[in-house]
Parts: sequence; C-alpha cells; structure tokens
Amino acid sequence: MKRLSHFFLVMGAAGAFASALGVIWSKHQARTMFIELQQLTMQRDQINIEWGQLKLEQSAWATHGRVEKMARADLKLVIPKAEDVRLVQP
Amino acid sequence: MNRERQAFSVEQFRGRGRFVLLLLLLAAAGLIARAVQLQWFNQDFLESQGDARFTRVAKLSANRGSIYDRNGEPLAVSSPVDTVWANPQEVMKAPDQIPRLAEALNRDTKWLTQLLTSTLDREFVYLVRHMNPAAASQVKALGIPGIYLLREYRRYYPAGEVTGHLLGFTKKYEDMGQEGLELAYDRRLGAEAGAKRVIQDRYGRYVEDVEAIRAPRPGEDLHTSIDLRIQYLAYRELKAAVQQHRAKAGTVVILDIETGEVLAMVNQPAYNPNDRDQVTTARYRNRAATDIFEPGSSMKPFIAAAALASGQFRRDSMVDTENGMVRVGAKTFEDHDKLGRAPISTILAKSSNVGMIKLALSLQPEAMHTTLSAFGFGQVSGSGFPGESAGLLSHHSQWRRINQATLSFGYGLSVTPLQLAHAYSILGAGGVSRPVSLRRVDGEVAGRRVFPENISRDMLVMMEAVVSQEGTGNRAALAGYRVAGKTGTAWKAAAGGYNTDKYLSIFAGVVPATRPKLAAVVMIDEPSSGGYYGGVVAAPVFANVLAGALRLMAVPPDGLDRLPATTLVHATTAP
Repeated sequence: MKRLSHFFLVMGAAGAFASALGVIWSKHQARTMFIELQQLTMQRDQINIEWGQLKLEQSAWATHGRVEKMARADLKLVIPKAEDVRLVQP
Repeated sequence: MNRERQAFSVEQFRGRGRFVLLLLLLAAAGLIARAVQLQWFNQDFLESQGDARFTRVAKLSANRGSIYDRNGEPLAVSSPVDTVWANPQEVMKAPDQIPRLAEALNRDTKWLTQLLTSTLDREFVYLVRHMNPAAASQVKALGIPGIYLLREYRRYYPAGEVTGHLLGFTKKYEDMGQEGLELAYDRRLGAEAGAKRVIQDRYGRYVEDVEAIRAPRPGEDLHTSIDLRIQYLAYRELKAAVQQHRAKAGTVVILDIETGEVLAMVNQPAYNPNDRDQVTTARYRNRAATDIFEPGSSMKPFIAAAALASGQFRRDSMVDTENGMVRVGAKTFEDHDKLGRAPISTILAKSSNVGMIKLALSLQPEAMHTTLSAFGFGQVSGSGFPGESAGLLSHHSQWRRINQATLSFGYGLSVTPLQLAHAYSILGAGGVSRPVSLRRVDGEVAGRRVFPENISRDMLVMMEAVVSQEGTGNRAALAGYRVAGKTGTAWKAAAGGYNTDKYLSIFAGVVPATRPKLAAVVMIDEPSSGGYYGGVVAAPVFANVLAGALRLMAVPPDGLDRLPATTLVHATTAP
C-alpha cells in the first residue's frame, strides 16, 4: 500500500515536471512562430509596397506622352495619311 | 561535559524556540498582508505599470484604395514614404551628430540646429516629411538617438496632368480626398488603420499578440469609366488647340452613349496633381462639370427636336426665313446668309438664327420647356462629381416671347459641358436617357425613355447636314464614319450684356451617326487667334479626338461608301 502511493507520488512529480517542460517548450514554440509570422507579414507588406512602386514606375515609363515622343522622334513613326490607308473588306 | 549537555536541554530552549516561531509567523503574516495589499488594493496600478513596460499598441497600417481606368491602368496609387521625426531633447544630448544628420536629411545644418534648439521643450518635431523610404532608412542607419521614422503614404498620379482635373487629389499630408473623384469617392477609397495590442521583448520585437483592437480596413479600389488612351488623346488635341488659338481655356467631354460612362474629361489649363505647390486653386476646378456657359447654336438641335415633337413640323418641313431678318418685340435678329425658304436640316447646317426663332415661336412655351428638361437641361447629370452644376433653365412661366426667341439659339440658359454632352448622348441613344457615370459600368444600362425614338433618329439625319461639305461643321467630318453634330459660337456674357469680341467656340456631336456610340463636346474659351467659329476652332479637335477614340474602341465604320473608291480593297483582291 505504502509502496503503491510512493509510486503514484513519483509518477505525479514526474508528470508535473514533464508538463512544465511542455509548457516551456510550447510557449517557446509559440513565440518563435509568432516572430516568424511577424517577419512574414512584414515581408508580405514589403513585397506589396514594392509591387505598388513597380506599378508606378511602369506607368511612369509607359506614359502616353513619353511613348508618343519616342515613337515620333526616335523611331520616326507616323500615322498613315488617309490616302495611304486601305480598308480591307471581307 | 555532561553538565554542559544538561545545560542545553530542550526544555531550556523552549522559550527561544517559541520566540523564533513567533518571528517566523510574524514574517509570514507580513508577507500575506503585503500580498493582499498588492493583489487586492494595488492591482490595477501595478497591472497597468506592467503593461506599460512590455505591452504596446501596434498600428496596423492600411493604404488608400487605388484608382484605375476602365482597362486597369493605375491612375492614382498610394505608395509608402517615411517621415523623419525627432525628439529634440534626446538629439540635443549629442549635438555633434547634427551635421551628419543634416547631411543625411539633405538639409542645411544651421536650419536643423535652429529647429532643434527652438523646440527643446517638445518631445516631437517633424524633420522631413514624406521622404523616399531608401533615403529615410539611411538616416535611420546613422543610429543617432532621438531620431525616428514614421510610415506614411503618399499619393501618386502616374498620368499627371492628363487626369488632373478629373481625379483631383488628396490633402497634402493626409489620406483624405480634397478635390475631384478623390473627394467624391473618399468614403470608399479611404483606409482605416487598425490597431492590436502586443507584448514586446527587450529588443523591441513583438513576441505575442494579446488582442486585436481594430482590424485594419484598406480602402476599396475604384474602377473609373475613363479610358486613359482616349483621355490622353483628348488632352493632347485640346492642349494643342488651346495653344494654337491662344485661348483662355478649353474642355473636352466624351461619353459612351450605350452606357452613359464618361470616357474622357479634360480641361485646359491643366495642372499636375503630383506637384501643385505653384498652382492657384482656381486651376483645380473641373470646368467640364462645374462651369456653366451659354451654349449658343449648339442648343439648336434640341429646339428643332421640340419643333418636330410638337407635330407641327416634319423632317422635310420648310421654314421661311424671309430675307434673313426677323423682328421680335423691339429687337431684330439677322442671319449671315439669306436662306429664304429652307428645310430644317439646312437651317441647322447653316445655323440660321432666324429659322430657329421661327420654329421656337411657333411652340407652346410649356412644350418647349418639357423637351429641354427631358434632355437634362437645368438638372445635374448624376455623375456625382463634387461641385457639379445643374446649369440654368428658367421655368417657362417666366418666359416672354423674346426669351423664347433667344433660347432657340442658345442664350438665356446655361449648361455645363458635361450636361451638353449628356443631352447629345440622349439624342444619340434614340431618346433614351442613361445616367452619367464616372465609374465603370459592366453590362447593359436600360436607361429611361425621355423622347420619341423616331424624332431622335430624324434629328441625327438632319445633324449630319451640319458636317456635310456645305455645313458649318464640315471640319468635324471623319473618314469612314458619319458624324451628326452641331457647331456653336457664343458670345460670352459680360456685365450688362454680351461681350461681342469674346467667344466660346463649341462643337458637339455623336458618332457614328447611324449607330451612335460616342457623344462628345469640345468647348474652347476665348480663342484669340486663327478664327473663333465653333466650326473652325472646335470642330477639328472633335474630329482628331474621335477618329482616335473610334479606332481605339474598335467601332465599326458606317460611312465606307463615302470614302474614295481607292481606299477600299476587297479581301480577295488584296495584295
């Protein structure tokens, strides 16, 4: 009888110890993962920001005025005159 | 030895034992009392102190919605920037760092020292607002104590001047619309920053989310009805015309007749919303929606429409313009050319005031008013543009004969360019009025019938005469498309009457005339060189812009039979 209760006491103590370690471990895990989540969120925001900036940059390069200027001045493109146009009918 | 052992018997120390026990009990009681005090009475204070040391409220930033054109081209985008701020008390502990800081900020050292010393009693002062993030991170990298960054957003308008009036802008340092569409849709575009409570570790990293206080709400994106390609085309042609004719201002509005969408809306002089420090606020006005003017002869199709609707006239009815003069009360009105007896289409094509007066005076004032109201005169178009004007159309009970006469050639009422374009789009849609929309419309718009379809069709046929070789608007003609429109050359109202040497040159019309898709109004204010007639100044702009717009929108041509035969090639014989 005494031996049995002794056994339970040891088991209980060991269980409590293990659970304490578990708490420490899971808490640590939670914090590490949370920090990782934070970093990923930041990374996402950063990528979003970059995307917005790239979109702005693209539209700045592709401004109609700029494209037209390049087409006319650098590439010497012209709009065909009415008499140079042929309309193809089916 | 034995005696001594006797001397240290348990009995002998019982008193001391009790004394020590008492001390321990007292100590325990003291501890319990202290615990009770802390737990019970000081709990709130201590908890808040604890929180203050390691919990923080973190801001969850959200940015303002973007504005796109109908094809998804960005028109307004918020991009993050960093504002550098300082706690002067901290910075001034190491004043030798100031020159380095000033250099990184690209500011004058003297200015910075002055700023920091004059604000020593404060804990917050802006150093540079809206710095580009790369430059700001270099400032932060100097590691100067008391220098902090604040993430903010700046609004960029990639199309610049081209969309300036239409989009408006946000307040300089705030996420809040101030003009134009930014103001009209501020509620939807605007973002609400969120907040959460977090636990911070010693290094300032967030280690745990405690609770979400407010979820961030990013602004909704706005898809406008504008087609940036057409908008640019209108901008370019209008700017060229305003410069060529040394005009004071100008406006172009283009509507999609089938949906009521605004495809382009530009004004001159324009301004760049990205850099507006040098511009007077008067330039911010979107004249197309807010400014009213007397439309002059561009009003005539609606008077003719009212005449046909009265049943007294038909498409081929003749009007006697006598010898080009008509007397109404004490006033005599005269035409440039004597037309004699002429059909209504000629009256329109030659823009005869006398003919129009005859038509107008044969109408009941009430019927005339009903028709004009049906075309939206005197009412806001429903575009929702901030400050949109309803124009002016007085009630028919106040009309005298002279008012009715002048109304027939567009004086005595005022319209906005947008309103006039809407009225033409109703004619183009066969008498169906669709609300003007600045947002992209997907799918069909049923609209509301306000005018008989057959008369609207007849009007378009008559208005084609305006753009014929003999008409006043022949310069609005397009290769491959039939155009129905009307010129207008209006004197500008001045104090006590009209300024007979200041004009508005107008051309308004719809294309293609047989299956109208686009309605457009071109208005040029006070052209002072190279003519002033609407047919000379405004009509070429109309032709240039719409030729491009029709091609961009892939509208099938309806006027191929009028092209020179050499232009048409049959697919089988094509080289």
